[in-house]
Amino acid sequence: MTDRVDPPDEGDSTWISALLGEQAEILSHWIERAGEMLRARLTAAELARELGDLYGSLAQALPVAGADLRAGAFGELRALLAELSASRARQGFTPRETAITVFALKDAAATILEKKSVSFRAYRRFSDFVDELGLFTLESYIEVRDQAVLEQSNQLLELSTPVIKLWDGILAVPLIGTLDSARTQLVMENLLESLISTGSKHAIIDITGVGAVDTQVAQHLLKTVRAAQLMGADCVISGIRPQIAQTVVSLGIEFGEIATKATLAEALAVALRREGFAVSRSATGGVR
Amino acid sequence: MTIGGLGPQGGGAASSSAGSPQRHAIVVESDVVRVRQVVRSAAVAARLSLVDQTKMVTAASELARNTLVYGGGGAVTIDIVDNGRRRGVRAVFTDSGPGIADLDLALTDGWTSGSGLGLGLSGSRRLVDEFELESSPETGTTVRVVKWSR
Repeated sequence: MTDRVDPPDEGDSTWISALLGEQAEILSHWIERAGEMLRARLTAAELARELGDLYGSLAQALPVAGADLRAGAFGELRALLAELSASRARQGFTPRETAITVFALKDAAATILEKKSVSFRAYRRFSDFVDELGLFTLESYIEVRDQAVLEQSNQLLELSTPVIKLWDGILAVPLIGTLDSARTQLVMENLLESLISTGSKHAIIDITGVGAVDTQVAQHLLKTVRAAQLMGADCVISGIRPQIAQTVVSLGIEFGEIATKATLAEALAVALRREGFAVSRSATGGVR
Repeated sequence: MTIGGLGPQGGGAASSSAGSPQRHAIVVESDVVRVRQVVRSAAVAARLSLVDQTKMVTAASELARNTLVYGGGGAVTIDIVDNGRRRGVRAVFTDSGPGIADLDLALTDGWTSGSGLGLGLSGSRRLVDEFELESSPETGTTVRVVKWSR
């Protein structure tokens, strides 16, 4: 970050001196205008503090760096703007409402600049500068939102791969939706760790909720099953629906020695039998 | 080099597009997921049976991943076609990657230049009714597949 990228423009000095000379008046106009636009969704005191900080930082950087927002002297202002957009994004303000707070500075300074008979050229330079501030604010706002989306999708990823204990020594992982590499990795890790921590010897991977099994999904499943087998666990894939079975056969995928079952119930029955549990209907036919 | 018209229908029957084609870029892994979803809804709209829907979606998934992994990214155009008697779903995958050096080898079960099972291209050919493959180092690879309703 260099302290001056563009050569100074003689139009800048007039509006900068106007903004520095009439700080109190412009600031109070700014707070008033921004407040009107936000329609009291923010308290007057909060807004006054935010804009006061912004204006203070602006007044410090302008004489040093001129109208170049990229300059190092504007570092604090950029940080304040990023903070403002982050808090707006979190509070549920729209991008428009966020940017308008900054753009209100144009309106707030217009009267003063007019009174000082600032040239049209200088006003345009000022206007461009405020546009830069506004765009920077919007970019920060979008970054915060993108970050939130990313966090949510990561949370979803973890939520979507629970390991369930069906019985003593029997675990199940119901897979739903799409299996990509990241999710399969997570499934495998969760399953293998749960096998150890619960001392289970049987695992059932249920794919009833998986829309399509292509070669990549099949490969991931096979790897997971083999890893579980290496740890001495019995692993069964259940929930293979008719359309999936036909597709897998057409694709030519070999499941080899890996046990598969049409339903989770069948897989559970097999696992129970192997664990030595006997499930039978009582002679009275059950209680209703 | 071209391989095509090997499906049960024996060659691309003249078919007209019914509805506007949808074009989707295949650049990241999540695009493969989206291609699956778009193909699924096109297959439902073309009234394919559940088995045929699943076969077409799976083939599209394989080909989209090939486009991404081996073609270095590309695009797919999906539309619903009508040959006068039946409706179907057509998907055309294009990339401008290095092309496939030996098409016959690439279509052999179990052969892969990567780390997959080696069934993507050969398997997806069995899943669809029409399959055309064109590849050269200059123009990249184009795969055109159609699945007809029964």
